[in-house]
Amino acid sequence: MLRVAIPYGVLSAAQMRTLAYIARRYDRDYGHFTTRQNIQFNWIRLEDTPDILDILADAEMHAIQTSGNCIRNVTSDQFAGAARDEVLDPRVHAEILRQWSTLHPEFTFLPRKFKIAISGSAQDRVAARFHDIGLLARPGDNGRAVFEVYVGGGLGRTPIVGVKLRDDLPEEDLIAYLEAVLRVYNAYGRRDNIYKARIKILVQALGLDAFRDQVNAEFVAMDRSRYRLAPKVVEAIRARFASPVFEDAAAAATQLAGQVKADPAFAAWVGTNTHPHQRDGYCSVTISCKPAGGIPGDVTSAQMDLLADVAEQYSFGELRITHLQNVVLGHVRQDRLFALWQVLAANGLGTANVGMITDIIACPGLDYCALANARSIPIAQKLSQRFSNATLQHEIGALRLNISGCINACGHHHAGHIGILGVDKRGEEAFQITLGGSAGEDASIGQIIGSAMSEDETVDAIARIVDTYLVRRKPGEHFIETCRRLGAAPFKDVAYATA
Amino acid sequence: MPLLENGQIVADGWTLVQDDQVLPDGDILVPLSRLSEGLGRNGKGRLGVVLTPDARVEVLKEALPRLDLVCLTFPIFRDGRAFTQARSLREHLHFAGAVRVTGHFLPDQYEFLLRCGVSQLVIPEQSDLTVWQKAHERITVAYQPSVLNEKPEGFGFRRFLSP
Repeated sequence: MLRVAIPYGVLSAAQMRTLAYIARRYDRDYGHFTTRQNIQFNWIRLEDTPDILDILADAEMHAIQTSGNCIRNVTSDQFAGAARDEVLDPRVHAEILRQWSTLHPEFTFLPRKFKIAISGSAQDRVAARFHDIGLLARPGDNGRAVFEVYVGGGLGRTPIVGVKLRDDLPEEDLIAYLEAVLRVYNAYGRRDNIYKARIKILVQALGLDAFRDQVNAEFVAMDRSRYRLAPKVVEAIRARFASPVFEDAAAAATQLAGQVKADPAFAAWVGTNTHPHQRDGYCSVTISCKPAGGIPGDVTSAQMDLLADVAEQYSFGELRITHLQNVVLGHVRQDRLFALWQVLAANGLGTANVGMITDIIACPGLDYCALANARSIPIAQKLSQRFSNATLQHEIGALRLNISGCINACGHHHAGHIGILGVDKRGEEAFQITLGGSAGEDASIGQIIGSAMSEDETVDAIARIVDTYLVRRKPGEHFIETCRRLGAAPFKDVAYATA
Repeated sequence: MPLLENGQIVADGWTLVQDDQVLPDGDILVPLSRLSEGLGRNGKGRLGVVLTPDARVEVLKEALPRLDLVCLTFPIFRDGRAFTQARSLREHLHFAGAVRVTGHFLPDQYEFLLRCGVSQLVIPEQSDLTVWQKAHERITVAYQPSVLNEKPEGFGFRRFLSP
């Protein structure tokens, strides 16, 4: 497997074509977008990797720090620089952190991998509280950023919601403070057991106050002037993320409204797959990589080429990979959405299911992964097929369904409103269901409702859980809200109620 | 074992003192448990101390002005605690003597070691020096401050590393 870094998920059309070329020439004609906004190729021959790395380098890409006990790809909001609810463009500081963490001399041999996410919106779309460090940026006085810092969150074998370490970290101290956190972790994180080596275990072992004291002691002792993030450095980087030159699209919304009225299928897609933009007449588009019965996150090389084409035609030649394994075009004129949708739909990329039950996150599972206990993909495909009816999905509404093939939780099952965990039950593949997880501002960890079932039993059980939600919900209530109001009991009852 | 310093193999005049050995004359390297004994030695010669990865470098604070060498240990290359120890010695404790590493580390880590303030490396017998030299020269740009105080040049945090 070769995993290629896509810093904070952003890449150009030309880079996407390079990935398509690699998939076609060196792999089995497809690639897999990951929950760290990267892409991985599962069938690369070791002897081809030098050539592939050369090809990547020509496109200003690499595979550095996509594995190993180092600072991994910094993830960010897929709607960065575009979202209407954004208070600060997180790409600027994501890029600063990318630079700082790349080949860091001190922090490349940590106790375990280290994941950082950064958001610049009140709505947390980056799962900040499930990261080793999660940063929420907001504007402070004199126009400089201020950060809320969360630490010690994570999924895996020991799911923990991150805790707030700082409320008001000034921009100029961002690097110094992260140096201090990483230094404490590198010195004191456990190295005797890889399952207890993440920073979350250290934070839990020391307690938040003692951990914070250690970080503060380091922060006070260091010569902060060395690490100070000067305004001119920030501004130089901000200039690289200048907004594209938007056209006057004042009439675009009216045209869109007419098209939406005329075509219900298009209307459904606009309803689920677009996100409000800062500029009137524009929106961001999420292209679903989760077609009915498909493999979540898998994209063929032909589709990658098409994504590059539509990025050039509709969104300034730029794309973003989301941690939910979809692809975003950041800036699309609303009066061009219909044409875009038609192209996407004709190429298997027009599924109207973003944020819905079939927008499934799944890890590669036993089909590809040596650690897995169960295959994630077949059950994902069955669930995707079971709920593929558009009317039914829209009736169900927002529902996050996440699937992991083992307790390492690469499919983020604990953070799913409904989670599925593959286990080995006396040599057979089986699945446990969790309920009540969330990765947002209201982060919570899904709880297991009972013993594991076979693949088909699990699919049926989830159908009954969803039916129960539809019957018991209050008007306007989302699945997660009903779940929190009622608790797991009624869902558990139906999950195990076999006729 | 060969000692690499400033890109060259140099003579190692230091004697590593075992736990139960009487402290000899000359330049000696003692375990942390025998530091005070080393400091009280009447014999002539310089003193150095060996730290295990779990030791806090702050314990050397008082003794440091009288030490000429601190030797850090890699039980395995993946155990990166020595990087933080080296950096703390230079940055917090302003140690100006030699910082040596011993144990299992790789040429790929050479540049990182230098940038964290390591000045001497105990490398395996028959090591090919060109491999270490290449590792040092391969990457010419860095994006973070280091104890070598490379001057920022160009965009963002970029600084060029000296060959």
